[in-house]
Amino acid sequence: MTERRELTFDDVLRNAGVREAQSRLERLTPDPATLPPSERERGGGCGSGSCGCAKGPSNTLLDKPLDRRGALGAMLGALAVTTQAVGACAPTSMESDEEREAKLLAQEEYFKGNYRLMTPEERAETVARLERLAELRGDGDVSIRTDGAVPGVMYGYAFNISKCKGFRNCVEACIHENNLDRTSDRQYIRIFEKPNGESINDLEHADATFGHEVPAEGHYYLGTQCFQCANPPCVYVCPVQATWQEPDGIVVVDYDWCIGCRYCMAACPYWARRFNWAEPEVPAEELNPRQHYLGNRARKKGVVEKCTYCIQRTREGRLPACAEACPTGARVFGNILDPDSEIRWVLENKQVFRLKEDLGTEPRFWYFMD
Amino acid sequence: MHLKWFLLSALKSATSGGRRYHLWMGSLTLVMLFGAYGYSVQLRDGLVVTGMNDFSSWGLYISNFTFLVGMAAAAVMLVLPAYVLEDVDFQKAVLIAEGVAVSALCMCLAFVTVDLGNPFAAWHLMPVIGLLNWPRSMLAWDVIVLNGYLALNLFIPFYILYTHYIGKHPDKSRYVPWVYLSVFWAVSIHLVTAFLMAGLPARPFWNHGLLGPRFLASAFTAGPAFMILLLWFVDSQTEYDIDLGAFRKLAMVTTVAAQINLIMLGSEIFTEFYFPTHHAQSAHYLFFGLEGHDALVPWIRTAIVLNIGATSVLTIHRLRESRYWLLGSCSVLFVAVWIEKGMGLIVPGFIPSPLGEIVEYSPTWVEIVVTVGIWAMGLFILTVLVKVALPIEMGDLRSPLIDRRRSPRSR
Repeated sequence: MTERRELTFDDVLRNAGVREAQSRLERLTPDPATLPPSERERGGGCGSGSCGCAKGPSNTLLDKPLDRRGALGAMLGALAVTTQAVGACAPTSMESDEEREAKLLAQEEYFKGNYRLMTPEERAETVARLERLAELRGDGDVSIRTDGAVPGVMYGYAFNISKCKGFRNCVEACIHENNLDRTSDRQYIRIFEKPNGESINDLEHADATFGHEVPAEGHYYLGTQCFQCANPPCVYVCPVQATWQEPDGIVVVDYDWCIGCRYCMAACPYWARRFNWAEPEVPAEELNPRQHYLGNRARKKGVVEKCTYCIQRTREGRLPACAEACPTGARVFGNILDPDSEIRWVLENKQVFRLKEDLGTEPRFWYFMD
Repeated sequence: MHLKWFLLSALKSATSGGRRYHLWMGSLTLVMLFGAYGYSVQLRDGLVVTGMNDFSSWGLYISNFTFLVGMAAAAVMLVLPAYVLEDVDFQKAVLIAEGVAVSALCMCLAFVTVDLGNPFAAWHLMPVIGLLNWPRSMLAWDVIVLNGYLALNLFIPFYILYTHYIGKHPDKSRYVPWVYLSVFWAVSIHLVTAFLMAGLPARPFWNHGLLGPRFLASAFTAGPAFMILLLWFVDSQTEYDIDLGAFRKLAMVTTVAAQINLIMLGSEIFTEFYFPTHHAQSAHYLFFGLEGHDALVPWIRTAIVLNIGATSVLTIHRLRESRYWLLGSCSVLFVAVWIEKGMGLIVPGFIPSPLGEIVEYSPTWVEIVVTVGIWAMGLFILTVLVKVALPIEMGDLRSPLIDRRRSPRSR
């Protein structure tokens, strides 16, 4: 038993980027014959090659020469990771190989850089790890894409106030498409109900939590979500550049780089950002497996998320889930750089306005009426 | 060699004392342990165990952070006269002021850390290995100025104490340039913290030009008020005597800053309520309540009454010169500014939400326990610093390596 304890500690060092641990690791690998029968059946516990602990699928930190960032990151993170790592390997007989693999993958994830600074290889590696982690978690066969913005595309959205009847099919579609946390009843879209004759600017007296039959007599409806501002205050304030605007106008969050300070939530004039106050939960059978790194992939406790105009769909040329689900045709989405697009027709032929234009945030989300 | 002895002597000095001292430090440790337990719960379950939510996304932690940045900045009110103007009255008090700055900064950093949802990713803030959004993000500025100010306030007193400890006189050319820097730096830490909020057009309650100056005025009220209380304690409980002039001058600083703070409060209230606009909703919530939601009303009204009362007392010369009135008013001002600048400033910024929804905030037991624990940590650090500094300054604590007969007493 003592031997195996020491072995697991070496794993900690190895994952923190200490090379010399490798040889000791091999030296200390227990002979399967000396292990108790229960361990032998399971493949020799920590020492056997089948387990991620000893010869994990992707030893990125070990296999490639460390640059300065990586090395410093490794040293710095070693402290924080020691707790996780000791926990990861210590009671070997209690844990399955899969649990161990998940923890080691999570450690490698811990040291990765900001998404924008990753090389294509690093992106492929992190995607492989995340997909494997999802599988180990029981989320099934998830595919995470990393495709970038299509040149010549700038997304825009228009909302027809005359047509919206408050059915909230968009809200429902968004929850399922984007794998929103079910426990906290997370919603990116809010539909406000207002009595006819009341100004749209006066949202203070609007009701976003109505529970009666719609459309209610004498009322109109107004949807909000992230407006993907051309001048986004949330991006300005992020202290670690964990949120930015993509070339196609979508404001995204690197969930693994976010430190959870919530400054962006204070900065957003449209209340578009949401925080994971607890570990988010989506039932595996309801999970949308078609995911994007910057979109609907699994989030974690303590980080911020937001609407991305369904980046995983729109970058494939599909409509966002909300626009597709709308039964009244109130939602118009498209490429504002394409002169033949419907959104372009609305912008050229309708009297449009945006919320809080005086702030200069330049939302790419317009309202109009018939 | 001297350094090793210095650290050993400091450790010995900090760990030895009478029964009351050990009782005090023991109680602080106990409170800190409760705080650590609260934080462990928060780490395990997430910030869901706090009263914060998507509407009020900052709460008690950031409130205390804002207040304590002011406490740290207020050290400049002693540093400037003592080192730059060479005011004799402040010579003996200034090291204690720097101790207050150091402990306040440690508390600030602790409050920001416990507020992070993903504290294990805090290394993303570090230069080279992280990706600091500087100069764009005011929070990135805050990280830099707070750590820089902490370094300055550790270095200057350490240099002075250490040279005294090894029986020499500090070389002015070595530390005075840093003192000048720290004077500007003190003002900047608090302005940067104010700009962090004033720079948000989404929150009209914060988004005005008076916020920065008002932060300074309230900091120079609460900071010197606390210093008066602390110096009085040191003066009466130890053999380290503080000059009466220091109390007089600090009382004057506190009084003038409190008066300016009240003028600014009046100016804010006038702008919000003379012709109330949509932007006055948060102020309306704070002072009168909004659609039946009025959790902060009793707090802010108490703070204003305490503020006006204590400022009036201090304004009268005879009362200010009476020790009991002075100490009483200082305690009251400290509490009043803590309410007004903490919960009274941060929470209403989020109510109503930018889309007009009203969801109130009140802290949970976890937040309260963690907050009290961090305050205990600050007082613990302050006690240790003062406990080490005083015997060195009184000449009782010297390096065993120097020749006692030739060593000069302290200044």
